[in-house]
Amino acid sequence: MSQPVLEIKGLSVEYGLGDKAVRAVSEVDLTLRRGEVLGLAGESGSGKSTLVYGATRLLAPPGVVAGGSVIYHPEAGEPFDVLRLTHAELRAFRWDQLSIVFQGAMNSLNPVATIADQLTDVIKEHRPKGTKTERMVRAAELLSLVGIARDRLSSYPHQLSGGMRQRVMIAMALALEPRVVIMDEPTTALDVVMQRQIMRQLVKLKQRLGFSVIFITHDLSLLAEFSDRIAIMYGGRIVEEAPSSAIYADSLHPYSHGLLHSFPALHGPRRGLAGIPGSPPDLRNMPAGCAFAPRCPKAFDPCETDLPPLTRPADAAGTGDRTVACWLHPAA
Amino acid sequence: MRLRFRMPSLKVTVGLVLLIVFTFVAFFGDALAPFDPSKRSKDILQAPSGKHWFGTTHLGQDIFSQILVGTRSVMFVGFSAGILATLIAVVIGVASGYLSGLPGESLSTISNVFIVIPALPLIIIVTNVVPNSGDTAIAVVIGCTGWAWGARLLRAQTLSLRQRDFVQASRANGESTWRIVVFEILPNLTAIIASSFIGTVMFAVLTEIALAYVGVSGISEWNWGEVLFWAQGQQALAIGAWWWFVPAGLCIALLGTALSLVNFGIDEIVNPRLRSSGRAVVKAADGRKVRMQIGFTPVLSQDSNVNKGSAAR
Repeated sequence: MSQPVLEIKGLSVEYGLGDKAVRAVSEVDLTLRRGEVLGLAGESGSGKSTLVYGATRLLAPPGVVAGGSVIYHPEAGEPFDVLRLTHAELRAFRWDQLSIVFQGAMNSLNPVATIADQLTDVIKEHRPKGTKTERMVRAAELLSLVGIARDRLSSYPHQLSGGMRQRVMIAMALALEPRVVIMDEPTTALDVVMQRQIMRQLVKLKQRLGFSVIFITHDLSLLAEFSDRIAIMYGGRIVEEAPSSAIYADSLHPYSHGLLHSFPALHGPRRGLAGIPGSPPDLRNMPAGCAFAPRCPKAFDPCETDLPPLTRPADAAGTGDRTVACWLHPAA
Repeated sequence: MRLRFRMPSLKVTVGLVLLIVFTFVAFFGDALAPFDPSKRSKDILQAPSGKHWFGTTHLGQDIFSQILVGTRSVMFVGFSAGILATLIAVVIGVASGYLSGLPGESLSTISNVFIVIPALPLIIIVTNVVPNSGDTAIAVVIGCTGWAWGARLLRAQTLSLRQRDFVQASRANGESTWRIVVFEILPNLTAIIASSFIGTVMFAVLTEIALAYVGVSGISEWNWGEVLFWAQGQQALAIGAWWWFVPAGLCIALLGTALSLVNFGIDEIVNPRLRSSGRAVVKAADGRKVRMQIGFTPVLSQDSNVNKGSAAR
């Protein structure tokens, strides 16, 4: 097993303060290892974006980190806690070590600045010693990295198509060769052909540059194909984490099972589609036991009262490194 | 847009209370005044006392009564000129922003012309020409000259709004121009209309007082500018009669403050993003107080949950 790059330990994120606080992410442990693509899936409101933004401290008020730690292991030197960094350290850490591709490329690019300006801006900020020519060369290099002709450097965002803009965003995130890239539904607004193209490119870039990716999406089929491991979130907790092939072939948690069976597979035998009945839990009024119990077709006695811990299941010991939080699959 | 009743913030409450007091005085100033504001008496140039709260003038007139009676004229001119100017600004501003081609361009040119016309000299000339110019005439003149800035703002915002998808969509639906303007565009301009109204009221009040102060408007009706006019004419400052001009000046300042405070309230109602969501400063894990801020999410505690988590495992 390769070394960890980013270790999220017991992270809790809340919206609001005091009595009014709503816990959107509670005590989540998640480890991103070197060079892997970690998929984070779950339906809307399950806390996947909140988890990542909390860990990188990018939440807008009234979001606060209520507890936990986020240990980053740099290439050289001691690991440190991102949650303990000062503002200046945080600014230096971001983009240089960890960068994010946000959801809407359409809205993240400044419409009145050229692509070159926006690409070189971050390089200028983090590498103040470089010359302008060096920066332009680097910007052109970045564009060709994501498959865009370098004469597009002087274009404005509105002159590019949606897919190109999204690739510009990815190029921008890679500008300083970070070791962790977080992608928050980067392909949601694109059509499936473009999604696949971008994902292929991303995997290729990852192999070449050796960064790790946390990929947030609700498109499990995309994850199953491109990620190494998948973590499924529900109601602010991780309910199952496993290698993607294992989750795809044999999901243990009923929620993962429901997610996987809510869209048709392209290959293989036909199977009946089963959605997940009900709606996501109200974060202000969480059930005492498993958050999924009210919607779970297999719920039984302990589910309503006791919270299942995220543990290595005894009945699937042979299927590799996986954990699940479900009373159907108790710990070994 | 749904407006829910919520307790206004302290700023807004103070502004509203001040404004209500001024309105009350505007309606009942005559009845409240202890003396006839124009009546002369033997108490000449007296400092404030129990009998004359704000002192007296060189003719023995009671300044407190003058202020009370003068409030009506100030409020009347301020608000009617404000309403008139805002109406003109909305019509011309939105029309020039929404209509394309010649109509829009010509309306925009008209408002540009009105911006460069120096308002005060124009008003002085008009009030001199109009015979017997009372408060109504002054209000009309101020309203007809003071709308251009509001129109300019509304035009700019309308230009941006008409390109938005929801406006394009209703145009594609074949909705009439009237419907689009009234139901799609106007609700989005509420904040600008309200603040330009407040601004125009303030402008009208100051203009009216300036007019009275330079002696242009008739001296038949009392207003705060009239008081200042007499104070200046009799060298109140030089002879140390501070009570002659300070109350009127304070009233102008208070009215201005009240209007701006109410403007904050309008902003908060119309633009929910400006509402402060409770506490903005929290105590972070390292004991320092941090402002809640995007990009630097405060960390409230670092260890308690980790311990709990590991104990459970």
